[in-house]
Formats: sequence, structure tokens, C-alpha cells
Amino acid sequence: MILNVKCASFSYDGITKQFEDISLSLRQGEILSLLGRNGTGKSTLIKCILNILTLQKGDVEIGGRRVSEMRPNEVAREVGYVPQGHRSVFPFTALDFVLMGRAPHISTFSVPKEEDCEKAEEAFERIGISHLREKPVSEMSGGESQMVMIARALAQEPSLLILDEPTSHLDIGNQMKVIATIDRLAADGIAILMCTHFPDHAFLVSHSAAILQGGRLIANGPAEDVITKENLREAYGVDICVHYIEEAGRTVCVPMNPCSGRGGGRFTDRGTAVCCLRPVERPVP
Amino acid sequence: MSHRKETNMKTGREPGDVAVGLLQSVSREGVSIRESVLRFIPAGKAIYLLPVALFFFSLFFGRYMMDPVETFRILVIGSANALLDSASSLLSTLSGHLVVLPSFEQTWGVSEQTVVFRIRLPRVIAAMLVGGGLSLAGASFQGLFRNPLVSPDILGVAAGAGFGAALGILVSGNPWVIQVSAFAFGIVAVAVTYGIGRVYHNSSTLILVLAGIIVGSLFSALLSLAKYVADPYDTLPAIIFWLMGSLSSVSNTDIIAVAPPILLGSICLYLIRWRINLLSLGEEEAQALGLDTKRMTVVLVISSTIVTASAVCISGIIGWVGLVVPHIGRMLVGPDFRNLIPVSAVLGASFLLVVDDIARTLTATEIPLGILTALIGAPFFAYLLTRKKVGWIS
Repeated sequence: MILNVKCASFSYDGITKQFEDISLSLRQGEILSLLGRNGTGKSTLIKCILNILTLQKGDVEIGGRRVSEMRPNEVAREVGYVPQGHRSVFPFTALDFVLMGRAPHISTFSVPKEEDCEKAEEAFERIGISHLREKPVSEMSGGESQMVMIARALAQEPSLLILDEPTSHLDIGNQMKVIATIDRLAADGIAILMCTHFPDHAFLVSHSAAILQGGRLIANGPAEDVITKENLREAYGVDICVHYIEEAGRTVCVPMNPCSGRGGGRFTDRGTAVCCLRPVERPVP
Repeated sequence: MSHRKETNMKTGREPGDVAVGLLQSVSREGVSIRESVLRFIPAGKAIYLLPVALFFFSLFFGRYMMDPVETFRILVIGSANALLDSASSLLSTLSGHLVVLPSFEQTWGVSEQTVVFRIRLPRVIAAMLVGGGLSLAGASFQGLFRNPLVSPDILGVAAGAGFGAALGILVSGNPWVIQVSAFAFGIVAVAVTYGIGRVYHNSSTLILVLAGIIVGSLFSALLSLAKYVADPYDTLPAIIFWLMGSLSSVSNTDIIAVAPPILLGSICLYLIRWRINLLSLGEEEAQALGLDTKRMTVVLVISSTIVTASAVCISGIIGWVGLVVPHIGRMLVGPDFRNLIPVSAVLGASFLLVVDDIARTLTATEIPLGILTALIGAPFFAYLLTRKKVGWIS
């Protein structure tokens, strides 16, 4: 077991609980998608796992050790973190940027050595973005900088990778590239925890999913058991269809149209719009 | 005399030309940063020779012009004699007998000896320490606060030191008292700033900046009060001249007093230079990369403050250096603090040396340094901005 969160509770002010009694676990090579509406505390939970914030109750264990008893660089050697987005002030090149992922392996008064540069280069090759090496991160598109941040996390040589909404702000093509990269990394044996606002993405890559709502996990388990119409309605407060699309080869989650129907989105020939949608009893994983 | 001036002008112009030429080539061809860095490596090494060249130049250059070769001989042989002298007195005290080691023959007059060792050497060293120190502290603070418009005064050092100096002038007027008071109040100002940040149970950099503004305006008000109560014919002009900055009264004992703290702080900043890269990503990302940001912030703030307060207490308030020089460094070697920190120090030392040379030679009376750094620094910075795209201005 790489990650083990046991009965975790956290509060910023000591009065209102951000979340309570959360338990999660993650095996090597397993992907867990964490769903939930904005502001439910997904990012807070991530910060607790990274030991940036301290839990009020409960424990986070990484590789069998409690994070609260580990030093910051020891945590960083085990857990790579990919934040939601990076706004760089200084125009570091991608190579310098990824090299910073080597920080937990370099002593305080030292600078990266040849070996660290090689590890950084490896991280670039591993996700196929070697062509971006010399590009300043401040000039990168959303998709490029997301990939570079994943590369930086890989340079840490982590056993657990945490991604905070890795596909937000990306176009559809880049979303799929990032998802495919995550899938490949999991196949290499890295445990992955990702927060996402797209329940579909859980179907694409996840082995399991969890939904955080009102400070508690309302569902936790295999993706197809967790991502159901009922759970999604409870989590997001809207009706969402969960359908298997044969042509795409996957299950999608589509919110019902909440508008009055005066917009251009309504088809005159409704048959074509839903022809490939077919309800399934059991979404195929 | 005219021949000498020609050579002087040449040495003064050459390094600038190299830098500007490089910037032009970079912007013209739009080459990648890596390529431009690779291209810059030979010149990048040459940059480290710039302060050495300027050091010798500043020793013989001035209102009292000296022969360069003679100056070099005075410097080397004079230093050797001074060393031998102190060695013989040390041996005498240790052995109890009078020991006289042989010394080199002195072929120059007393006035030359005085100009080199008593007047120019302390001043040149002071310019290098102050310029290099302020630039180093400025570069570090820009990284910590993730803001390229930050100068070393951001946490209130200069305001505190200014008030401290004014207080020293009012109370005693003894230069030693003024310096100690300026240094102490510079440190106190930053300590108060940091303390305010702690009261909020939050050492985030934003709170630090706000606290710096609070403390800065508080000490500015106190400084105004000191000016208001000062004697308008005696102490008030002294306060105003101190605030404009000058190195004209720096002595060898001043150097001995401030060199250790400036060098110590600079070495600390040099050692953590790669970690400043991480700090500049923002607290959260730096923590996720395993950096103890609180401790690193404390180390950086203490080192920069000691450097800045020590510099300010012998030179007065000198603006622009800590803001502009790191930018010039970033244009030359890129944003990586591994290179930026040493290059900023070297460029800052060179910049202030040149400015101080101008300050003491341009007119019969000295021009205050703070005026010249802005007069030279501001247009030069504006010119540089038009030459090359800077990372934070798209």
C-alpha cells in the first residue's frame, strides 16, 4: 500500500470542519480519481497528504510511514505534486524548471550535478516532450506547461503522483494527451491520485473513484460503482446521464440541458443527436 | 595626460559594448535562450574580470591622476611591506625581542602612498562591497517575493537605517555612532516587519510585503520628525547629505567593520542560490518540492538584511542598484539564480565603482551617489528594456 489515509479530519479555523473521517488507500500502479464540487476540500486534502497542512485527526501514511513524522524533503522523494497551473514570474527554461524536481535529492547548500541533469532529461523523454527542453515556461501554452509540470514531478522519482485537476484549462486534444500520459505512468507502477471535474476521465483511466461531498466521502470504490446517476446528482446537484458510447468505446457523463431550449444547441432532428447514446445497466470499464 | 584619458575612455567603454552587442544579437535573431547562454559563456566568464579591471582603473584614475604602472607597484609592494611590518611586530611581541624583517624599497612619495592606501583603496573597496551587496540582496528578494520590481528596501531596511542615521546625527554627530545607529535601526525595522508577519500567524510573503510598507512609512515619518527638530544650519544638512548617499568619508576602519558581515551574508546567499529558484515558484510548489520554505525565508531575509544594513550604514541611501543590476544580470545570463546571484554581485560591484568614479571626478565638489545611480541607472535601464524582451513584460 503506497498511500493510506486513515480517518482524516481537517479544519482551517478549528471550528468548521473542511472534511471529516476520510479514509482512502492506493496501491502501486493504481489510479484514484477524486471527484466533488468546487470548494469541497479536494485541494485541502491534497495539501494534507503532502504535509503542507497538518491534519487535526487521523493519519496519512506514505509507504508505511506517517507524513507528519517525515521531513519535507523525505515526503517530496515519495510524492510528486502537479499543481493546477503555474504562473511563472521568471522565464525559466523547461530544463531548469524540471531540474527543480531534483530538489529533494540535493542537499541544501548544493546545486544540481550532472546526474541530476540526466534524470531531468529522462523525465522529458519519458513523457515525450524533449522538444520543449529549451522553451521558457512563461511562454508555454496550457498543455505544454501541464506536461512540463508532470515531468518535474517525475524528476522527483516519486512512488505516488498527485495531480490537481490536470485537465482543467486544456483543450480536448491536450486533455486526452494528459490522460494517456497518466495511464502510462500508472502502468509503470506509480500510484496516482488525481482530482478532476470530469467524471468521464475517471472512466477513462481510473481503477477507482471517490466522491467528496459535504466534508465526507459519499462513495469510494471501483469507478463503475461510484460514478452513477444518483451519486453524481448528490455531488453536483444536477442530473447527469451516464451512457456508454459504442463509437467512442467508453462511458461518458453528460449533464441534462438546464436551459430553456431557445439556444442553438437544440437539434431539429433529435434522432441524430442521441442516435449513438444508449443507456447501459453496467458501464463497461 | 591626453594619452591617458584615451586609454581610460577605452577601458570604460569596452565592457558595456560587449554586453550591448550581445543583447542586440539576441534580439535580432530571436535565438533560443539556451543558445544565447551558450554564446554568452565566454563573455560570461569575462564578466568576472570586469570588477578586477575596474578596481585597478579606479585606483589610478581621479582628480589626482596617477601612473597605472606606478599605482600597481605601490599597491603590490606597499601591501607586501605592510604585511612584513605586521609580521615583524607580531614576531617581536611573541619572542620578546625586536625583530625587523627586511622590506622592499619604497620608491614613491608619501602623497602617492596616502592617495592609494588612505583615500582610494578604502573607497574602491567600499564601492565594490556596497554595490555587490545591494545587487545580491536585490536579486534574492526579487526571487523570494516573486516580483522583479522589488528592491532590497522592501522590508524597510533603508527607512530604518535612514532614521537611525538621523538619530545618530542629532544625538552625537560622531561618524561611528551614526553608522552603528543606522545599522541597528535597519535591522530593527526588518525585525519589526517580520514580527508583524508572525502576529498574523502567517509568514506568507504577501503579509511580509504589507508589513514592510507599514514599517517603511512609520520610519519615514520618524525620519521627517528628526528632520523637523534638527538644526537647519548644522544637523539638517548633515541628515540630508547622509540620505543622498556618499562614499567620500569611508575609511579603512569602516571597511574592516562592514566587510565581514557583507561577505558573510553574501556567502550565505551564494550557497542557497539554487534554492532561491524554488522559492520563486511560490510557497506551495516549493513546499511540495521538499523545501522548508519558512526556514529558507528566514535565512534569506536575515542574510539580505545584514548585507543591506551593513552597506547602507557606510554609504547612506543608494537607490536603483539593487533593483536595476539584477535585471541587467537576468538579461545577460537568464533567470536561473545559480548564475544570476554571482553575476549580480559582480555587475553591482562594477556599476557602483563606475558611478563612484564619476561622482568623485566629474565636478570639483562631490556629487552624491544616490543622485548619480538614479541619473545613470534609470535611462540605462529604459534603454535596456527597449533592446530585449524581458520575461515578465510580454
